[in-house]
Amino acid sequence: MHAINYEAPKTLKDAVALLAQYGDKARPLCGGTDLIIQLRAGVRRPEHVVDVKKIPELRQVSFDPKKGLRLGAAVAAIEIHENADLRRYFPGLSEAAHLIGSNQIQGRASVGGNLCNGSPAADTIPALIALGAQCRVAGPKGERLVAAENFCTAPGRTVLQPGEILVEFQIPAPAAHSADAYLRFIPRNEMDIAVVGVGASVTLDLDEDRCTEARIALAAVGPTPIFASKAGAALKGKKLDAATIERAAKLAVEQSSPIDDMRGTAEFRRHLVGVLTRRTLALAIARARMA
Amino acid sequence: MAATTEGTHQFRVIGTRPIRHDGIEKVTGAAKYGADYSFPGMLYGKVLRSPHAHAIIKSIKTDKARALPGVKAVVTSADLPELADQIAQGGELPINVHHLSCNILARGKVLYDGHAVAAVAATSPHIAEEALRLIEVEYEVLPPAMTVEDAMAPGAPILLADLRNKEDGPDKQTNVAAHIQFKRGDVKEGFKQADFVIERTFKTAMVHQGYIEPHNAVGIYNSDGHATIYCSTQGSFVVRSLSAAVLGIPEGKIRVVPAEIGGGFGGKTTIYLEPLSVLLSQKTGHPVKLTMNRAEVLRASGPTSGGTIRCKMGATKDGKIVAAEIWMAYEAGGFPGSPVPMGAMCIVAAYNIPNLHIDAYDVVVNRPKTAAYRAPGAANAAFASETIIDELAEKCGIDQCDIRILNGAHEGTPQTAGPPYKRIGMIETVEAIKNSPHYKSKLEGKNRGRGVATGFWFNVGFQSSAMVNIHSDGTASVVIGSVDIGGQRASMAMVAAEVLGLDAGDVRPLVADTDSVGYNDVTGGSRTTVATGLAVYEAAQDAVRQLKERAAKLWEKKPEEIEFNNGRLSAAGNGVKPMSIKEIAPRFARTGGPITGRAQVNVRNVGPGFASTCIDVEVDPETGKVQILRATIAQDAGKAVHPAYVEGQMQGGTAQGIGWALNEEYFYDAKGILRNAGLLDYRMPTCLDLPMIETCIVEVPAPGHPIGSRGVGEASIVPPPAAVANAIAHAVGVRMTELPMSPGRVLKAILHKQGAAQAAAAAD
Amino acid sequence: MDKKTVVETTINGEQIEFLCEPRQSLLEVLRDELGMTGSKEGCLTGDCGACTVIIDGRATCSCLMLGVEAQGHKIETIEGLANGAQLHPLQQKFLENASLQCGICTPGILMSAKALLDHNPTPSEAEIRYALAGNLCRCTGYDKIVRGVLDAAKAVASKAA
Repeated sequence: MHAINYEAPKTLKDAVALLAQYGDKARPLCGGTDLIIQLRAGVRRPEHVVDVKKIPELRQVSFDPKKGLRLGAAVAAIEIHENADLRRYFPGLSEAAHLIGSNQIQGRASVGGNLCNGSPAADTIPALIALGAQCRVAGPKGERLVAAENFCTAPGRTVLQPGEILVEFQIPAPAAHSADAYLRFIPRNEMDIAVVGVGASVTLDLDEDRCTEARIALAAVGPTPIFASKAGAALKGKKLDAATIERAAKLAVEQSSPIDDMRGTAEFRRHLVGVLTRRTLALAIARARMA
Repeated sequence: MAATTEGTHQFRVIGTRPIRHDGIEKVTGAAKYGADYSFPGMLYGKVLRSPHAHAIIKSIKTDKARALPGVKAVVTSADLPELADQIAQGGELPINVHHLSCNILARGKVLYDGHAVAAVAATSPHIAEEALRLIEVEYEVLPPAMTVEDAMAPGAPILLADLRNKEDGPDKQTNVAAHIQFKRGDVKEGFKQADFVIERTFKTAMVHQGYIEPHNAVGIYNSDGHATIYCSTQGSFVVRSLSAAVLGIPEGKIRVVPAEIGGGFGGKTTIYLEPLSVLLSQKTGHPVKLTMNRAEVLRASGPTSGGTIRCKMGATKDGKIVAAEIWMAYEAGGFPGSPVPMGAMCIVAAYNIPNLHIDAYDVVVNRPKTAAYRAPGAANAAFASETIIDELAEKCGIDQCDIRILNGAHEGTPQTAGPPYKRIGMIETVEAIKNSPHYKSKLEGKNRGRGVATGFWFNVGFQSSAMVNIHSDGTASVVIGSVDIGGQRASMAMVAAEVLGLDAGDVRPLVADTDSVGYNDVTGGSRTTVATGLAVYEAAQDAVRQLKERAAKLWEKKPEEIEFNNGRLSAAGNGVKPMSIKEIAPRFARTGGPITGRAQVNVRNVGPGFASTCIDVEVDPETGKVQILRATIAQDAGKAVHPAYVEGQMQGGTAQGIGWALNEEYFYDAKGILRNAGLLDYRMPTCLDLPMIETCIVEVPAPGHPIGSRGVGEASIVPPPAAVANAIAHAVGVRMTELPMSPGRVLKAILHKQGAAQAAAAAD
Repeated sequence: MDKKTVVETTINGEQIEFLCEPRQSLLEVLRDELGMTGSKEGCLTGDCGACTVIIDGRATCSCLMLGVEAQGHKIETIEGLANGAQLHPLQQKFLENASLQCGICTPGILMSAKALLDHNPTPSEAEIRYALAGNLCRCTGYDKIVRGVLDAAKAVASKAA
């Protein structure tokens, strides 16, 4: 690895100041489970590594069934999965966090890191998009909110400007009879990167037996995670029968734009988008009926 | 499961399960593997590797790298002697030292992505890595030949300008290094007798042994011209001879100290970093440590061949296989030497087939030079033959086990190369599967299937030396030169303990360096328990002979009058009180000095090994993903010395075979660059991908071996790819002909079948 | 830039200070600076688990953590698993069950298994397999490893009872 300078600011203000000072020569370090690999491989060669794990705002989790969830960007995946509220109200996000690598990785990796790494295959991003998460970003010019689906711009690239830092996620309170789910397809049973991932959230009107709101997002089938807005819209106001779900799955396939690589062919991935959209929706709907 | 044991005599220590002698060190982190060695003043080496699959090296500029503070030396192939073609015996496969040298540092040309081009020594591994970025190599990139078909096609890019084969003659450049043929009977006539003939073309992917410990070496060159190498290897003596050849140093001036080894499976039977560590030490005057990272291991150590196999077999309607015709071509990598000869000799070795014709081709391609991998060449071969046999069984309406028993090789059946088998246990392993609780259980549920397959491996003998020292307290040590890759210390101590009448714990095993014990071939070819076991057995017998002489002296008798039983010396006659080894040991000094038993062997005849495996799968028809539900292996061990570690070999080989079957493959892009050079995308089975693996040790003693041992290291990997394919066929009705049977491929086959069924329905 | 930093940690119950460059991983520090070579390097990408140590109670890949990040943390390594000459039940049961062959993955697997038993003293086979999914073993097929952990859990439970 090339030589690096390491700093671990204890306040958000200090972190922003450091990142602003170093500009594109700095890279924030959170769990390090992607960054350290990239540094070693020479894929990224920042002079400065700014450890953001000691900043209190980035480590907080606060949930209120009425106000929603505020999730610090640096909260470790394992803490998310161990949080009973999150498991209950956001099972899809909780499970997505629990799919990132092994136990050994989940103690370090964070949802914020997963997002900022900008991989189209990241497991938690479709879950965030499905939940309508807003990303709170702090920078030298102040703060802004970015919708999760707008955060990634290209493989390994995000909307973050030099000096900016992702602070937390703001996720709306779950409506009555709503639930989320995330499923991915991998060749083994653990440790793989998603060949395809699908996140979904649905809100049901049980009296009318209709879907009132649905969001679907896809991983690993485009240069960035994809918000399959048409697929979600196709469910809105509809009775969730097999034909409707099939239609949503078809629309999700249409919104995907996969490539061939060592994890699967484009053809295989398109097929999986359909299969996983059906399965993820079925899981989210079953959960929403119970919620 | 209860072992099937055939009339061997009773043993006292052999067949028990003592705690291994090197266990404490290995569960406390104290055991020293190659990368764990450090020496004062030690430097760290790193290797620059080709980013191209095939290119001419036009120039290498190293001055900027040399100028980086902390860099102490940079070497290229210009620093190694240029060698002529010469074959050295390197373990399981012969090695051409000229090619070996060019593989260690490319000379004029790079032949695969990852081919070593230069090496650096610096004061820290980070500085050495940074220095690599400063070496400027100018390449003229050539088109690559990535598959056997590419490389055999007319007008294919030629990898090695000098390569010739006998058939094409001395004037024709070629990528075909060898054509091997086996013939028996008359296949044309044979197929005429067949009621059913199946012919399919199979493709298998290049796969890696996947040992968890990357290659490593620490070289220390002394100014007097002597060098010491510490490394993790399957064969310290092979490292010595090959490193000497590559470096142009007399063999006697190199000492190799074998460190603990973190897995090899055949992949650590040759050399990569070892001569570089010595060369860099020679240039700098410091010890130099080199370790590969995982990407280097995958890109540039020796995986095993993929390739193409066309297999045609015919059977009569009662299930008798009457003819087999096989064409096979294996990827050798950048230099000749794939295991295709073994693949050819193994492909139908488990069966008695009267008419046989095999053509096998060794083909160079722009991939890393292959090395041995557990039963080299046999698992991909069996994938072809064993799935066709399953189809024949289906056509004939015969049980999967029964067709194998009906056609199974036995004593007197000719081997592929001609000579008949002595007593073997092929049929016994199939019968063990047939009688297993697994095979007798009913498999229920949708999309589930059960597959059976059988595998063969020759097992080898070769050279081993051993010493047995009797200590003054009556305990013993056994000194071997075969490295312990997973239980050899324990089994060798047990063999010595058996002969000496001691407990396993009273014999301390030691793996010595190349100056401290006589020559030993590699720990490979399933030879250690057989050949080194024989050396230990005979060394212990030599010690017993000396013990008898000492007792004779004490008792004023002739040595032939002394009896030795269960560790006690006795003789007929008055006044002779039997003595244990513990009692006589303090008297060694007075009766002639210390006792060391010695033996050297070169074992030519060994008992071949067979394994049969039964695997249940469930296939997700929507995604093509295959889950392994249950697995059972029956293997003929001859006689299991330490049954727990025999089971471990059987389970480990099964797991590797399942990995080969389902997800492992080298994935190259169109330019010949390896796209999955890491353990994230080179997908070996995790704990969650496998069930418990049931074992049945079959014991059909190997004729001529005092214990009856056959090797057990390799045959276990051979059946699983075919067994999984057969299980998939029985689960969802598709015949897979390509490895790995990854979800995408299985799904494609399922969709193709559904499409054909729909088309047929529409046509009706 | 690459000047060394003092890092204060607790390793296997001892307060230990070490000097390291920011670019050195915790694994590199343990092995090369502190001579604790029991933690192994298998991949440097967090995929094999051979470098697993326990940090503040959680199994962690020491190859994916910088040495400087260890400041103020409690680290457990394979060297501290036994209590002096007394093996941890996991170590003892691994020996009795022949749970290791080459042994290179063993330290990492033992540390992952310890982190599991510390949180869940009576794991099922499925829970053990899940907890060890990040530790590759190429020799054993995992069968005897899982049995070793199951046996160790039993031994711990009977001791506690």
